[in-house]
Amino acid sequence: MKTHWQILVVDDEEVMCESLAAWLREDGYLVDTAASGREAVEKARDRDYAIYFVDLKMPGGMDGIETMMQVRRLHPEASIIIITAYATVDTAITAMKEGAQEYIVKPCNPEEISLLVNRIIKVKNLQRENTILRKKLTRQYSVHDVISKNPRMHEILELAHEISSLRSTVLIQGESGTGKEMVARAIHNSGERASKPFVAVSCAALAETLLESELFGHEKGAFTGASQQKRGKFEMADGGTIFLDEIGDISPKLQVDLLRVLQERCFYRVGGSEEVRVDVRVIAATHVNLQQAVADGKFRDDLFYRLNVIEIRIPPLRERREDVPLLARHFMERLSHELGKDIGEISENALKMLMDYNWPGNVRELENAVERAMVTCRGPELTADDFAFLAQNGAQKSWSAPAGMTLSDMEKLLIVATLERTGGNIKESAAVLGIDRSTLYEKIKRYEIPR
Amino acid sequence: MKYLYVGATSELDAGDDREALMMVRERVAEEFGAPVRELGLPGIEFAFDAGRGQFGSIPVLEMLARACPADALKLLAVTRRDLFIPVLTFVYGQAQLGGRVGVMSLARLRQEFYGLAPDREVFLERASKEALHEAGHTFGLVHCADRSCAMALATNIRQIDLKRAAFCASCAAELRRRPRE
Repeated sequence: MKTHWQILVVDDEEVMCESLAAWLREDGYLVDTAASGREAVEKARDRDYAIYFVDLKMPGGMDGIETMMQVRRLHPEASIIIITAYATVDTAITAMKEGAQEYIVKPCNPEEISLLVNRIIKVKNLQRENTILRKKLTRQYSVHDVISKNPRMHEILELAHEISSLRSTVLIQGESGTGKEMVARAIHNSGERASKPFVAVSCAALAETLLESELFGHEKGAFTGASQQKRGKFEMADGGTIFLDEIGDISPKLQVDLLRVLQERCFYRVGGSEEVRVDVRVIAATHVNLQQAVADGKFRDDLFYRLNVIEIRIPPLRERREDVPLLARHFMERLSHELGKDIGEISENALKMLMDYNWPGNVRELENAVERAMVTCRGPELTADDFAFLAQNGAQKSWSAPAGMTLSDMEKLLIVATLERTGGNIKESAAVLGIDRSTLYEKIKRYEIPR
Repeated sequence: MKYLYVGATSELDAGDDREALMMVRERVAEEFGAPVRELGLPGIEFAFDAGRGQFGSIPVLEMLARACPADALKLLAVTRRDLFIPVLTFVYGQAQLGGRVGVMSLARLRQEFYGLAPDREVFLERASKEALHEAGHTFGLVHCADRSCAMALATNIRQIDLKRAAFCASCAAELRRRPRE
């Protein structure tokens, strides 16, 4: 649509100004005029025009080039066309150097102006479309990328949204492959820091000294091979979010350093004596039970409390099996584009197989399984045969009774497992087991199950 | 009763020019569905620009605004002079967008202008397209993206030849929607 775009014509000669404006209006644009550079800058302050036609020679101490420079200061993206009756190579060069999009000599060929305007508007339309699509994309990342119909997951997403504009530290706990980084990104992208960097560091992947310089940077000569100063991830994430994955694996020394950053928002580069201040939101994640690690003396309790300001626990996939078909279809859709294979269906049997599988590697394992199946699949539909490999790596899929066990042994094991799964919640465990609370208490007592 | 006036400037000759004028009267009456009257107008020598050897369309529009009869719905003048606006090398015509007056030039509609043999049919066809285009502007229509519509922007003669001497469906609908004073 043309009417979105406004054009400003700047010329001290009224006839010039009005005739060009009238001609452009016939083309459907909204056109304003200004009789001087000063007036043009005033108008540009109130409104962002798509195109400026600016006469080069204007009296009053502000010529076309000066006008253009001031307008560009207000709107760096503005498209400015310099018009002149006296063309010289010098003025043309100056105009282009200062950022004019075009330089035309009047009287100009109507075809030339028409093509020029069309070309600029086409680019503007694309730019606008691009901005809109980008916005849609981030919105998608913030909510839709976490696919789930599980109520616990929905609570997590709501919480993520609520805390997105705070600076409080977040600790995400969950098994490997449950999407901890995805949730961290969702928090980052739905908050005010979205336009700033999101920097992810895997703490388990690097040796202690390497990790230290990776996080905090180092000064030139800090250690052998430190041939120049390097900025650390904390500095790179300034204004944004740093995501520290596998935080449970860091060494005691780094735990102290990290504690200091969390408390004082500043640190020293390795080998440096200058304090570096940063504004960074920390989101940490771990697959180990940090509370247990604290109890075992492997993780500092003060750091744990600093990290655990807001706690998010992501349930493993086997506890939200209702998401398996949803996720499988999502991966199929995405992968069929990526792999260039047109596989749009999955058979009932295959779905049942996926639902029954235990998914020790969680969503990541599901994604890989779908990809592997799609690569080998020959028809338009994924079948149970395509997932045959799951039966091999996961023999536990089909449960078989251990030999030599009594019925009461079995009962005890089941009660212990259920209590573990519900975190010791009697009411929930009783409901899962299908017995009364009092019956459960009785059995706990009889089997001497520790609580 | 309001009339669509077609203005004949005094420099029109009795041959092709006169024929073009009749063609314009006919097409305008058909497309806009209003009674057409002819208005005799003086020549446009006053708008001559010696530096460019052409005639300014803006002073012509000013003259037309003064000469426009009280019972005119619109006034479209036809001249054989080559028209320009200061910023452009030429115009085929110009009109007040949504106003009362417009002017069109026959100068660049002739094959002879491009060094070709005269072709009466082509000339008359182009004249009726240009008349609908400028009159369309006075009724508030802006340029149309449909290349075959009379309201499409034409910056060279090939683009005029690509058009049909009629409005596309959406411009025609737009015309019907617009109130007529």
